[in-house]
Amino acid sequence: MNSIEHAVDQHAPYNSQGFFSKVTRWIFTTNHKDIGTLYLWLSLIMFFVGGAMALLIRAELFQPGARIISPEIFNQMTTFHGLIMVFGVIMPAMVGLANWQIPMMIGAPDMALPRLNNWSFWILPFAFALLVSTLFMSGPAPNFGWTFYAPLSTTYGPKSTDFMIFSIHLLGLSSILGAINIIATIFNLRAPGMTFMKMPIFVWSWLITAFLLLAVMPVLAGVVTMMLADRHFGTSFFNAAGGGDPILFQHVFWFFGHPEVYILIMPAFGVMSEVIPTFSRKKIFGYKFMIYAISVIAFLSLLVWAHHMFTSGIPLVSELFFMYATMLIAVPTGVKIFNWVATIYKGSVTFETPMLFAIAFLFLFTLGGFSGLMLSIVPADYQYQDTYFVVAHFHYVLIPGSVYAIMAAIYYWLPKWTGHRYNERLGQWHFWLTVISTNLTFFPMHFLGLAGMPRRIPDYALQFADFNMIATIGAFIFGFSQLLFLINIVRTVRGKGPHVSNQVWEGAHGLEWTLPSPPPYHTFSSPPTIDECK
Amino acid sequence: MTSFFLNKKKLPLLLTIIAILMFGFGFALVPVYTLLCKATGINGKTGGPTQLGLLEEIDNTRWVTIQFIATNNANLNWAFYPKTTSIKLHPGENTLIYYYAENNSGKAMTVQAIPSVTPGKAAKYVKKTECFCFTQQNFKIGEKRDMPVLFHVDANLPKEINTLSLSYTLFNADKYKKAATSEKQGHL
Repeated sequence: MNSIEHAVDQHAPYNSQGFFSKVTRWIFTTNHKDIGTLYLWLSLIMFFVGGAMALLIRAELFQPGARIISPEIFNQMTTFHGLIMVFGVIMPAMVGLANWQIPMMIGAPDMALPRLNNWSFWILPFAFALLVSTLFMSGPAPNFGWTFYAPLSTTYGPKSTDFMIFSIHLLGLSSILGAINIIATIFNLRAPGMTFMKMPIFVWSWLITAFLLLAVMPVLAGVVTMMLADRHFGTSFFNAAGGGDPILFQHVFWFFGHPEVYILIMPAFGVMSEVIPTFSRKKIFGYKFMIYAISVIAFLSLLVWAHHMFTSGIPLVSELFFMYATMLIAVPTGVKIFNWVATIYKGSVTFETPMLFAIAFLFLFTLGGFSGLMLSIVPADYQYQDTYFVVAHFHYVLIPGSVYAIMAAIYYWLPKWTGHRYNERLGQWHFWLTVISTNLTFFPMHFLGLAGMPRRIPDYALQFADFNMIATIGAFIFGFSQLLFLINIVRTVRGKGPHVSNQVWEGAHGLEWTLPSPPPYHTFSSPPTIDECK
Repeated sequence: MTSFFLNKKKLPLLLTIIAILMFGFGFALVPVYTLLCKATGINGKTGGPTQLGLLEEIDNTRWVTIQFIATNNANLNWAFYPKTTSIKLHPGENTLIYYYAENNSGKAMTVQAIPSVTPGKAAKYVKKTECFCFTQQNFKIGEKRDMPVLFHVDANLPKEINTLSLSYTLFNADKYKKAATSEKQGHL
């Protein structure tokens, strides 16, 4: 933090005259708001990149036998779509929200480790450049799915796999540094009087997510390191010929992978716990239980990884353990859903765009949760595994779960960040097109899966043609309606739309709403006083 | 403890140490997994060489059927099959069977056979005195061999198991050559 800079100008980073200084401002910035903005723009760009890949996949599946892209490209697209949406869209968006909001919500002047914060962000563009560059190399890009199972990624992996491995090392490094920074900020920089049990639930959810990141991202780094060693250094962690075991890969990968999906959803729970009370004009129902529930979910998420491996030949007793542990997660998740519903109950509810996304979240995320419960039943999973039922399930939890929450958060906080209200009419159009097309795309996939259509295959039998056509039409509507989101954001950022008050939303509570809209470049340089009624 | 967490310098250090430890934990999963598999037989792996079951009691009251399976990993161009596909014996009884292997790959090759027993919990009762899977095997071009498995099934085999299968998958181990390989000519 530079105190001179602070004294010169409250509102601007520093005199950014000319192209060069404008660029260096963003490269060298240590300001949490700047870095939050960078994360969010990166996420938005990658959303369209990953989305375009999804549309290529859906275009290929529009009709049976169609040859828009070759099977090789199809495999690469499924791999990249998964990797980009998980590591390039949802995670950076959540970290961006954390960067913007956590210091403002706990009354801190900035993140605890601002230089590290700069580094965590600027690693990402290089990591993705490394990953995407494989698409332009001779020879295939990584083509084994985002889970990069050995031996597909080791013995049979294309040469470009090494680029993916280093890219994942960098992504992991960025996430770990980000997690350390968030934990340090929340532990050390809370304003006096901001006790743990007064923190907004968004901050709580990120605190627990950060611990989960710290626990599992190093394991991912470990597993890709083992892959690298197997590929080049003659080890055989995953090769039975040298005494290893390919199933071991799945254990280590999913030890990371399952907590990872909770890392994607838990900040979304935090967003919901901010948006729903605001537009219901009530306090959140069961504040403490919401926090306990997130903690329990985080703990259980470390103990359920093998439900991704029911058909890999694990013994019956493990199948039973992981089945029951998985079902157990429905309990704290149910607590959260019921508490949100109880918050809405008898509230003075208005339906601005963030609230619409929140309500869609409640319905559709719960639906995705239920199909998850179906998949957790071992004998049923033997039928569902590797079909479109699984695809429908995880898209229902990731899109209406994480992505809707990110959209709700953007609509909710963008007026605070920019000082201008977004276009409500455009927002509503975006919402309705998004929610209808989400269901049009993914609901038929349940039926396809139950009827036995396998995942990750570029072609299908004739009887699946109708539902696939519907899904493709839905996917294209979904993809293009996101342009409305982009237009709305750009308009608001460029100052179109009426000015907003500090309060922005009538029912909003929390420290960030006591700041001017937009907040000055440096906020809470001297800590605020926390009133008791929070 | 609280003061430690609130210490601005020490907390990031502590968190970094946690991250490094978790990186190590990922690697620690490898031996843990191997030990767990050995103890419980969950991946059907059989143990190393054991004594001939001469002193063991033979349980004449029941029969166990043992089926032999051979698989070539990947596109290994070899002839590889058991000469006996199925036998019936009493638990505790020693048996010698042969697997036939012929290197049709057109080059000298080192292979490694990986055994697996189904059901997995029977794995630790399959006691092998001699097995071609104990070492890597060096084959010349076109070489043919009968490779022995001398084994017995422990008399303590759970009563409910009356059929088990012993499968071998043949892997190309050229990249993983070990010092102790076998080139001895099996009986043909």
